[in-house]
Amino acid sequence: MQNLQMELLQLLKEDCRLPLEKLATMTGATMEEVAQSIGDMEKSGVILRYSPVINWDRTDRERVEAMIEVRVTPQRDQGFDAIAERIYRFDEVKTVYLMSGAYDLLLLVEAHTLKELAFFVSTKLSTLETVTGTATHFVLKRYKSDGVVFEGGKDDKRLVVTA
Amino acid sequence: MSLTISAKCSAIAPSATLAMDTKAKELKAAGENVISFAAGEPDFDTPVHIRNAMKDSMDMGMTRYTPVPGTMELRDAIIARIQADRGLTYTRGEIIVSNGAKHTLYTAFQTLLDPGDEVLIPTPCWVSYPEMVRMAGGVPVYIEGKEENGFVPSAEELAAKITSKTKVFMLTSPSNPNGCVWSREMLQAVADLAVKHDFYIIADEIYSKLVYGDKEHISIACLGDQVKERTILVDGVSKAYAMTGFRIGYAAGPQNVIKAMSNYQSQATSAPNSAAQHAAAVALTGDQHCVETMRVAFEERRNRLVELINQIEGLSCVKPDGAFYVMMNVKALIGKSYHGTVLKDSAAFAETLLMNLHTVVVPGASFMAEGYCRLSYATSMENIVEGMKRIAAFVKELK
Repeated sequence: MQNLQMELLQLLKEDCRLPLEKLATMTGATMEEVAQSIGDMEKSGVILRYSPVINWDRTDRERVEAMIEVRVTPQRDQGFDAIAERIYRFDEVKTVYLMSGAYDLLLLVEAHTLKELAFFVSTKLSTLETVTGTATHFVLKRYKSDGVVFEGGKDDKRLVVTA
Repeated sequence: MSLTISAKCSAIAPSATLAMDTKAKELKAAGENVISFAAGEPDFDTPVHIRNAMKDSMDMGMTRYTPVPGTMELRDAIIARIQADRGLTYTRGEIIVSNGAKHTLYTAFQTLLDPGDEVLIPTPCWVSYPEMVRMAGGVPVYIEGKEENGFVPSAEELAAKITSKTKVFMLTSPSNPNGCVWSREMLQAVADLAVKHDFYIIADEIYSKLVYGDKEHISIACLGDQVKERTILVDGVSKAYAMTGFRIGYAAGPQNVIKAMSNYQSQATSAPNSAAQHAAAVALTGDQHCVETMRVAFEERRNRLVELINQIEGLSCVKPDGAFYVMMNVKALIGKSYHGTVLKDSAAFAETLLMNLHTVVVPGASFMAEGYCRLSYATSMENIVEGMKRIAAFVKELK
């Protein structure tokens, strides 16, 4: 991949709202080159979406997140792909990874309430034929995500009172 | 002889805010969310390129004594900065670097004052001026700056305090604690009086980079050679570059005064920290964007804080033009009580607020400004909003 594309990806990963002029200055390319390069990456599926990193805990919205480990029986000819697709079609499922190690798939699942999430596991996920076992881990607090620190870390080390 | 503390030292007033500081620390240690409007330093981190300069300096071998008035590198950087910002020309012999602007001021008073010499200090003033003057054997003479005049005294009020013993006029613009920025006319009045009556002006310009709206900082030494000859311009890197812990301040002034300050400093402390001097030189000569970024953030916070204070019935403040402080007028609330505790003065106001709503403000008495509390907006917008919510809740409970 070209150097310019890699540079642009790094910059956009930090801040996807950087204007073209700035991107051009920062990479040393012309605005046309930058626009062309980003357009290419959008078409070829390197860039899928521009979305903000949201700290939902700072909003009023109630939201429950869980990581679910899933053990499945792989199917002849299709391996894990068919069952992974079956699972990622559920709206509640935000992320699906095929993993090495003690279990096969790792899901990141979101729901409005604890009950709703528990119901998803017991009625939708566990009942799939090829699923042989699940382990649900609820997310209690998000310290850092996608390279962004969410909570804590910065203590005010200044004296409380200085005249 | 007996084992006693000297009379000179016993006479120094203990810090009026010490008890509050201790209490606030206790509350913090107990896990309480204490919001402080009492910080005298920026909340921003020192910019990365300056921190890196400090780290590099040690590998570059800057770990030894330097000339007492500061390294050539730093004094040249100061000369260039003053030239660029104020259009004033100084030579190396007219610059001295000290352990923070506070140390610079201390040395200046020690250098200029003989016992009984008077120093004119407009109030509300910074806590350390009167003590420093007394430590140097001088006599502080106060000139009240009234709130309705933006805390700046008039030329007449000023002239009325001049005597044959007046040696120094202490000018602080922008001011800690009240944030006022002196206009060109008022500076001209001070300058004319200094030339007419022959006294020095110590111009504490440590907040000169933090001026808001359409106000501009004017250095009094710019008003002519006769004024410049009588002015000791004091500045430092603490506030403009968020470098309070580096302890680098400096003075620019007449060569004979600077030479004398250097003699005093050579016996007392020698030159300041060598590595910090290099970091300060990098701060002064490097990219100045960091200064503007902080200034813009402070201006937004100032606007918000002033708006929030004036929304609360019983509280008010004038909009300050510089530094990062607001003088909040609490006169209307003195004498009222909070759940039985009578607020007899600004200190009681601050203490009761801290104990009950865990919010720290500095009582005005420390700044010769009874009836006011100083609020620093060197804190996040979130803290400002939350802190003012608490103050509003506090005031609502007063009877």
